[in-house]
Amino acid sequence: MSEQDNKKKKDASKVFFEELSKSPLTITLLAIISGLILGGLLVAGTSEDVYAAFGTSFWEGIKASADAAWTTYTALFHGSVGNPAKISAALESGDAEAIRRAFNPFFESLVSSTPYIFAGLAVALGFRVGLFNIGVEGQLFIGAIFAVTAGIYLTGLPAIIHIPLALLAGIIGGGLWGFIPGWLKAKTGGHEVINTIMMNYIAFRVSEYLLRGPLKNPEGYTPVSAWIQDSAKLPRFFENPIRFHAGFFIALAFAWVVYWFLFKTTWGYTLRTVGANPRAAKYAGMNITQSTVLAMVLSGGLAGLAGANEVLGVNHNLAVAFSSGYGFDAIALALLGKSHPVGVVLAAILFGFLRNGAIQMQLTAGIPIDIISVLQAFILAFIAAPAIIRTIYRLKEPDMDADAVTLRGWGG
Amino acid sequence: MTTNTTTMNNHMEYVSPTRRRVMGFIFLGLALLLWGIFARGMDPEAVTTFGLTPGGSDQVLPDWVFNSLPMINTLAGLSALLGAYQLARGFKGRTNLVLGFVAAMFIFGFLSWATSGGSLNIGGLLRSALVKAVPLTFGALSGVLCERAGVVNIAIEGMMLTGAFVGAFVGSVTNIWVGLLAAVLAGGALASVLAVLSIKYKTDQIISGTVINIFATGITSFLSAKFLQKYSELNDPGRFPTIEVPVLSEIPFIGPIMFQHNMFVYAMYFFLILLTVGLFYTRWGLRVRSVGEHPKAADTLGINVFRTRYMSVILGGFMAGFGGAYFTLGSVGRFDEVMTAGRGFIGLAAMIFGNWNPMGAFGASLLFGFFDALAAKLAILRVAIPSEFMLSIPYIATMVVLAGVVGRGQMPAADGQPYEKE
Repeated sequence: MSEQDNKKKKDASKVFFEELSKSPLTITLLAIISGLILGGLLVAGTSEDVYAAFGTSFWEGIKASADAAWTTYTALFHGSVGNPAKISAALESGDAEAIRRAFNPFFESLVSSTPYIFAGLAVALGFRVGLFNIGVEGQLFIGAIFAVTAGIYLTGLPAIIHIPLALLAGIIGGGLWGFIPGWLKAKTGGHEVINTIMMNYIAFRVSEYLLRGPLKNPEGYTPVSAWIQDSAKLPRFFENPIRFHAGFFIALAFAWVVYWFLFKTTWGYTLRTVGANPRAAKYAGMNITQSTVLAMVLSGGLAGLAGANEVLGVNHNLAVAFSSGYGFDAIALALLGKSHPVGVVLAAILFGFLRNGAIQMQLTAGIPIDIISVLQAFILAFIAAPAIIRTIYRLKEPDMDADAVTLRGWGG
Repeated sequence: MTTNTTTMNNHMEYVSPTRRRVMGFIFLGLALLLWGIFARGMDPEAVTTFGLTPGGSDQVLPDWVFNSLPMINTLAGLSALLGAYQLARGFKGRTNLVLGFVAAMFIFGFLSWATSGGSLNIGGLLRSALVKAVPLTFGALSGVLCERAGVVNIAIEGMMLTGAFVGAFVGSVTNIWVGLLAAVLAGGALASVLAVLSIKYKTDQIISGTVINIFATGITSFLSAKFLQKYSELNDPGRFPTIEVPVLSEIPFIGPIMFQHNMFVYAMYFFLILLTVGLFYTRWGLRVRSVGEHPKAADTLGINVFRTRYMSVILGGFMAGFGGAYFTLGSVGRFDEVMTAGRGFIGLAAMIFGNWNPMGAFGASLLFGFFDALAAKLAILRVAIPSEFMLSIPYIATMVVLAGVVGRGQMPAADGQPYEKE
């Protein structure tokens, strides 16, 4: 090989790495990896065994730290994807229930991913229009209330009509809860961040009130609603214990609809223009008021679907605080997915696996489930401030920071 | 933005004819409600009894007993008069003050009606409102410090939660004063993260705040589940004792309500005065406010925008940490997961309601605390108002204020905008 060829090749690899380091995908992946590493350090730093091992010698301590992190993440993997040893044993035995049990973690993770997809789409759609919808959690609750009401009180309908109606009820409930801050923003300029935070708490109080009173299951003592009709339940594909249901595919369909709406329709174009540059949109004759309200209604509707999906597909009734933070996690998730439907679906699947795996991790490795929030916070911080990742890994600045999330200040 | 603020400034002094009329009708409407709902159908002989001494106080005041009907009629008449004057001439700059007065009369009328035939310890109610206002006030003061300098802080909740946790943990290991100090520093540490993210990296400030909230919820719950629940001696910091202020606590009625508390309440009075004076009557305060209103102008005049913002945000974090410590060291004496339960966000709401002003924020916190305290007492009243409704009032009230119904607030003009040095 001549020297010139060699040089050329080097240049090619250099160019490749330069391109790679400029790619937003690299930042995302590095953010996730860095988050996982920091999470491992946290696990090691809070383990009694590690401190005991450091007492004997430094290397023992390092080994114990690695052990602690390894045990944690193995448990996370087994809980979210499945335990390979168990799966092969079950397949060998040929027992149908054992096989279902072995594959259950994987499907259960998809079950957790489903509300994340809806909620993530809700936040992402808001971001695209320059709106920060922190109210997804509240909209999700109201959507769940509407859907569970439709699921309980509409009787005598075939499933093919009842399920869409109950889902629609969820969309309407969430959309209504999104409409109020959207309208307030458009008409009075009241900032949607504060209004949606307030609406969250109002939604919690409303659900508490309804579950203590009108919606409460008359036969029980706990604040839980009655069970929904069988005809309103989203169909499941396998027998117990696998809870995987049609909601996952509905969520994927909605991801496609949101993509199509945002990127292939005139309305979507208008919304994105309003989000990217409201002044330009105004001079182009676009109706900002209408766009703001529409975006909040659609975002709320998607959030309502997340709630409807949970009550119709998984719980089959409504309990106080049934959501446990899907709506708040969705903010991190939408940012991780760069507010693009495909990114949101991928991020939602990641979060679903993390969440479901964490439950297993708590049982087998004794690591509190809350570590997931810490991981999410780290990942979110790195995504929101890519400069940190660039500094740590010595990446090149991109030519233009196209992905930076831009929102309007308080004044709107 | 600047022109916007100027019009807002004028707006505060000049009351538009529409707003004047709307206010007049609100006053008349409240009068009508008092008369139409509460006074009608009421037994003319009915008697309302208000206890004036909070429980646990050694001061003894006789109960205040009055006939319910004449009282409500008087209140309704007074509201109607004020409404008529507002419609005819208008109270001009004092409109909001009068609105507050009318609203207070309405609440008083409601209580007189709801307790007629029974008794309500109004001293206890007010004392409890003040106590419940303490964490809200600290949260709001934290927000005031950050936002006056132009940094939006929605991470108050997370900072308070962390303060509560660190206070309980360090307080248990060492002593309660060190615990308090550690809580304050923990709030400051999170605030410096917020500051670095929003000032240095120019991250969207709402996202930085969300990061901190998620992180604080996660880390405190994680560590609590890992250690505090396992070793209960790590979660037993004790509480600050109640101190009766000499002389002041002897004042009838007011004394037991305001001056028989633990250190946190007195600290709240102190910081309220300190921040009001500091922000509005010192050079430091002028700098902080100028950086939040017009950073470019401030920079031109030689004020270090970045340093001023860092300092204000970290001071705000100290304040939130102090408020967080109240939950563990001042109130229950132990840490529970997610124990702040949204109080940080109500603090944020109080700051907005109070127009980014320490005293206004305190007033709003008192009001929100009052509804919280009232919700707990609703069961003993004769009315069937769901307590969830009372608990929602702070949120609804904030949205109403934000919508400009009661006069638009004056938010710092550069609030939420990163400063780019040219």
